[in-house]
This record gives sequence, C-alpha cells and structure tokens, in this order.
Amino acid sequence: MDGYYAFMLVATALVLMMTVPALALFYGGMSRSKSVLNMMMMSYGAFAIASIVFVLWGWSEGWGGDGAGNADGNIVNSPFDMFGLDGVGHANYIYVLFQLTFAAITVALISGAIADRVKLSSWLVFVPIWLTLCYFPIAHNVWGGGWLAQQLAKGSTFAQDYAGGTVVHINAGVAGGILALIIGKRVGFMKDPMKPHNLTLTMIGAGLLWFGWYGFNVGSIVFLPDNLADPTLFSGQFQGETGVTFMNTTIATCAAMLGWLLMERILHGKATSLGAASGIVAGLVAITPSCGAVDLYGAIAVGAVAGALCAAAVGLKFRLKLDDSLDVVGVHLVGGLVGTLLIGFLSTSKAPGGIDGLFYGGGLSSLGDQTLAALFTLVWTGILTTVIALAIKYTIGWRVDEEAEVEGIDFDQHGESAYDLHTSTSSAGSSGVLAASTVAPKSEGANA
Amino acid sequence: MKLVTAVIKPHKWEDVREALETFGVTGMTVSEVSGYGRQKGHTEVYRGAEYDIALVPKIRIEIVVDDEDTEDIVGIITKTAQTGRIGDGKVWVSPIETVVRVRTGDKDSAAL
Repeated sequence: MDGYYAFMLVATALVLMMTVPALALFYGGMSRSKSVLNMMMMSYGAFAIASIVFVLWGWSEGWGGDGAGNADGNIVNSPFDMFGLDGVGHANYIYVLFQLTFAAITVALISGAIADRVKLSSWLVFVPIWLTLCYFPIAHNVWGGGWLAQQLAKGSTFAQDYAGGTVVHINAGVAGGILALIIGKRVGFMKDPMKPHNLTLTMIGAGLLWFGWYGFNVGSIVFLPDNLADPTLFSGQFQGETGVTFMNTTIATCAAMLGWLLMERILHGKATSLGAASGIVAGLVAITPSCGAVDLYGAIAVGAVAGALCAAAVGLKFRLKLDDSLDVVGVHLVGGLVGTLLIGFLSTSKAPGGIDGLFYGGGLSSLGDQTLAALFTLVWTGILTTVIALAIKYTIGWRVDEEAEVEGIDFDQHGESAYDLHTSTSSAGSSGVLAASTVAPKSEGANA
Repeated sequence: MKLVTAVIKPHKWEDVREALETFGVTGMTVSEVSGYGRQKGHTEVYRGAEYDIALVPKIRIEIVVDDEDTEDIVGIITKTAQTGRIGDGKVWVSPIETVVRVRTGDKDSAAL
C-alpha cells in the first residue's frame, strides 16, 4: 500500500505538470507572438481557480466520499456535504489532489478554442461556473457512482472511462466548440495568416504532456474491494494493471503520431512537426478512456484511428467557418469520441476492464454503454455551456476591443510583451532607463 | 560617390562578401529583410490550413563607393549572387552627396 501511496504522490505532480506548464507551452507555441502570454495565462489562471474551487465544493459535488466516490446514484451531489473537504481524512487528501489536477486541465483545455480574443477577467469568471455546472456533475455521473454509472451498470456491461474520455476530453471538446461559436471569430480569421509563432514550444509542450500522461492514465487505477483487503491480490492488480495501462498509453501515442503524419502527408504533401505534436496529443486523448480496456493490438488501432481521424477533422473548422483556434474540437472532441466509442468494439476481457466488445464476441452491450456515456456528456455540457457562455456574453462580455486584439492581447490584458529581441534598442537601452527614472510608475508602458 | 544597394538570396551572402573583400571593399552594412518580387512567396501548411507567405527572406547589402569602383562592384555582386533562377534579387545605384567618418571627421573619399 505504501508503494501505491508514493506512486500517487508522483502521479499527482505529473498531472499538475500537464497544465502548468505543458499545456501552456503546447498552446502558447501555436498562438501568435502577440498573444502567447495571454494564452499561457489562461492555463495558469485556470489551474489556480480550479484548485480553490475543487477543495471548497468540487470534491463534494463530484465525489462526496472520504477519498472516493459516494456511489449515491444521484445525478448531482450536493456541493455543501463536504464543503472545504469536511469529512475527508488527511491520508486521503492525495486522492482529492489527484482529481483536482484533472479538473484543472479539463477546463484549461477549453482555452485553446478561444485564443487571442477573450478578456482575462471573463475567462476567470467562466472557469469556476463551468466546473460547477459541467465538470463536477459529469465526474459524479461517470466516476463518482452517480446516476449514469448506476444506470449503465444494470446491464451485462458498464461504461468504461479509465481516465477521462468523457469527463475530460469530450467535455472540454464540446465546451470549446460552443464557446468558439458564441464568442465568435478572431479579427481576420480565414483572411490573415494566423500561423503558430513558435513550434519548438509546442513540441516541448506535447512531449511534457506525454510524460505527464503516465500520471494521468496509470494513476487512474481503481482497486477492486477484495484486492484492497489482501496484500498479495493488491500488488497483483497494481503491477498487472499499471503494466497494461503504461504500455497502452505508450504504443497508442506512437501509432497516433504516425497516423497523423501519414494522413497529412497524403492530404497536404508534407509530414510536419506540428502534425507530430498534434498526433501525440490525439493518441493520448483516445487512449485515455481505453487504456484499461484494450490489449496491445487494440491500443495500436485506437492510436492509429485517432491520429488519422483527428488529422482529417482539424480541417473542418474552415469549412464550418468556426474559429476553434487551436482545434479543441478536432483533437479533444474527436479524439475523445474515438477512444470512448472504440472501446465498444476493441474492449477485451483479457484487459483489466474485463469486458468483451463487439470484435471479441461481447455483442453490442459495451458499445451501447459507451455511446450513452458519450451522449450524456455531449448533451449535458452542450446545453449548460451554451447557457453560461450566453450569460457572460450579455453581462460582462467576452471580448477585448477589436483594436486591442489586432495590436496584441498580451499588451492589452497584461501590459507585457513576450519577446524582447532587439538587443540595442530594447528596454535595456538608454531610452528605457530614462523613462524608468523620470516616469517610474508607468515605465512598463515605455517598453511596448 | 555612389550608394550600391543589393538585395540578394540569403545563401549567396557569404560568397558575395568574400568576393567584395577580395576586390578591396573594407566595409558594408547588412540587414536581414523580407519582401517579394516576381518570385512571390511560398505556401506553408499548419494542421491543414494553407497560408500564402507573401514575404521571402532576403539579405540587403549597402556599400558607399567611389564613382570609379561602382561598375566593378555592381558586376561582382551580380556575378556572385546569380543562380539564374527567379528570385535572385536586384542591385541598384544611387548618388551620395557627402560622407563623414564619425571617429575622425574625415570627409567623402577619405571617409570610405
């Protein structure tokens, strides 16, 4: 048990790293040089707010038990039952923290759909409301033993979501698409080139996400009640299951990277570094729900399908004229659906999940459960995100001024610029020093 | 005196510099610039989105020279920077009224 506990400390820190800084780097590199700081701040800010909200009422609303879900079968759990982690023992704090990092990255993922144009204040208002109305209820229904989980478990199979295909990726993907629709396009979308300003940051971000994902997927192991009582059974499940999830997470990601590169080589003539980084993320997204449900070949199939399909899907936004800026829909919604639904076909009783899918003679039962879990998330979050987005739009408003957006949201929202590359005429030069000494409180403005 | 300005392909810059140095040119101002002519730009694809990048990177060389050297220097640059393909660049010459060396105050030819 102590080995498992130590592992959870590491896994939790790994998942923290996925938001701060991995996702911020991944998204930051893809945005334009005038808005990279704002893009990164959306991840950092989301993490800070999500953490506070999570310990105050998020855990209570989503799980409501002492270190685990309360399995009450309710569609929504009370945010006040365990407000401020009342009733959670200190020894179980790490399980709360592990889930906290998931809530944070899920809401941070949405920010990619609305890059370069949203007021920081509106984003920081959106984060806690969305978590409260969308994330915690879905988590309760899928992981916390809420209504959906209990309904689907009544059949011969149950919905499998090992680490968050529905709760994290479909959830963030559909929310991102709706926000992009309601908030609207960036000035110059489909007219001006909006290419990534620094793909080395994106490559580093994708690599760190992959590394952190071992905490995310492998750390999501849940022990069978019988195994918790017996040390031999316990370590049997621990070693056997983490071996499978670690393996599946690795090879699915490799297959997805290759799938994406092959698809874009066919569609556009070149295999790109952005394609490799995107393929990595698409594969990780798709193997997230399925890493405990499939075997080796299943993992390769999940990855390859996700990589190829997501590579084709990211082009759709131009046909739909939807400015999902960094492809939250194309990667997370599509990848999340691929992973969640493929379980219905590729799930095998030889994997830890223990359910046979359609291709392994299990019939349609598993596919039905997976489809219902995906639909539940799509409908719930689709409706409530629309309500939240419209409410913010008609009260405090979402967007910065058009002029501020064109000149760069970094300076408008943060009073900073990310890069200062002109060595002799930069803020270190004489004019900067002069400005600092004469109008000290406003000296940042002189550096713009 | 004349100002010789040349806009050339970046990968030809080292050859041009060497040739000019051999001829006896002792200094020049060089900048990395971007622009386009008949060559136009190129296309880049990011996640399936094709962007026409209108501007192509070039090197701009500026040299102030004595009138009698002008033709030779233009010839050296043209010969060295030439690949025969579209996008090789341009060289142009404009008159200069006066030149001062900041360190000594020397003027015109003495300042070159």
